Amino acid sequence: MQIVLNGNDHETKPDSSVADLIEELGLADQACAVEVNNALVTKAKHQSHTLAEGDKVELVTLVGGG
Amino acid sequence: MPDTLSTSTATSAKPLVIGDRSFDSRLIVGTGKYATMDLMKDALDASGTQVVTVAVRRERLYNEQGQSLLEFLNLDRYTVLPNTAGCFNAEDAVRVARLGRELLEQLGNPGASWVKLEVLGDKKTLLPDPVGTLEATRELVKDGFSVMCYSSDDPISAMRIKDAGATSVMPAGSPIGSGQGILNENNIVLCLELLKHGDPDYPVIVDAGVGQASDVARAMELGADGVLLNTAVAHAKDPVQMAHAMRHATIAGQQSYLAGRIDKKLYATASSPMEGAISYIPGE
Repeated sequence: MQIVLNGNDHETKPDSSVADLIEELGLADQACAVEVNNALVTKAKHQSHTLAEGDKVELVTLVGGG
Repeated sequence: MPDTLSTSTATSAKPLVIGDRSFDSRLIVGTGKYATMDLMKDALDASGTQVVTVAVRRERLYNEQGQSLLEFLNLDRYTVLPNTAGCFNAEDAVRVARLGRELLEQLGNPGASWVKLEVLGDKKTLLPDPVGTLEATRELVKDGFSVMCYSSDDPISAMRIKDAGATSVMPAGSPIGSGQGILNENNIVLCLELLKHGDPDYPVIVDAGVGQASDVARAMELGADGVLLNTAVAHAKDPVQMAHAMRHATIAGQQSYLAGRIDKKLYATASSPMEGAISYIPGE
């Protein structure tokens, strides 16, 4: 199924959870915060939150800033 | 780094208290714009800071992975203050603040409940949007955040932000990254007076515009509780040496403020006694 990940179209397996997506991207061992359709999905809910076709997913981390 | 600068006296006269936390260093330093991550690490070390700011950005999924900030930041040493830089409305700032909290909770850093709130009004000046700033402050305070709020140096805006529940108001000395220092000392003094009226321990931090160490010392001499800076160190010719200078300027400025300056006088007052002088003194 197609989602929009960090502003780009992204193909992922149907019924993927947020945790599945993070695993697929190889980011499971690092801190990353996730928003689905502008709403935060906390780490405790990464397993249980199932993504849907067309979901807008933001996956963010910390970078240098002032 | 010369050892002579790292003396044991190089600590603040009294700690900076923000909410329920206390810091020996009154300097908050940003982690952006250093030529290399190693340089950032050394500059933060030289600055003596205990609080560093960071930004929240998309994972670079489609680019070659660069070095990660987190590999160079000792999370046991620094309280990390996530910012909402790049947000131009309250809604986005609230989203970014929540994402920052989520990241710092995952990392187990005490900065998780904090946010350096920036709601910008304009891309060129990066001046704050006073309305959006207030909206976001109210929302984030309701959501349990300690809001450290970037503000203009307008004393009334600063007061409204405090009234909205901000833990600290952080008026700008001059535009972000401009290096112009404190353009309107009068406004900073008025911010301090209004924000601390009946609440002398309310923390007011001068944020943005620092160009050199004397700007930091001046902010502290005016009575600010701390200074937040980034570009002045990151883009100095020698960031590590400038970080050292900023550390000492913070301490010097605060001690100068606490010590109490002399009154300015029109005429000279000799430090050496006239009495007993063997020289010719005009008029005597």
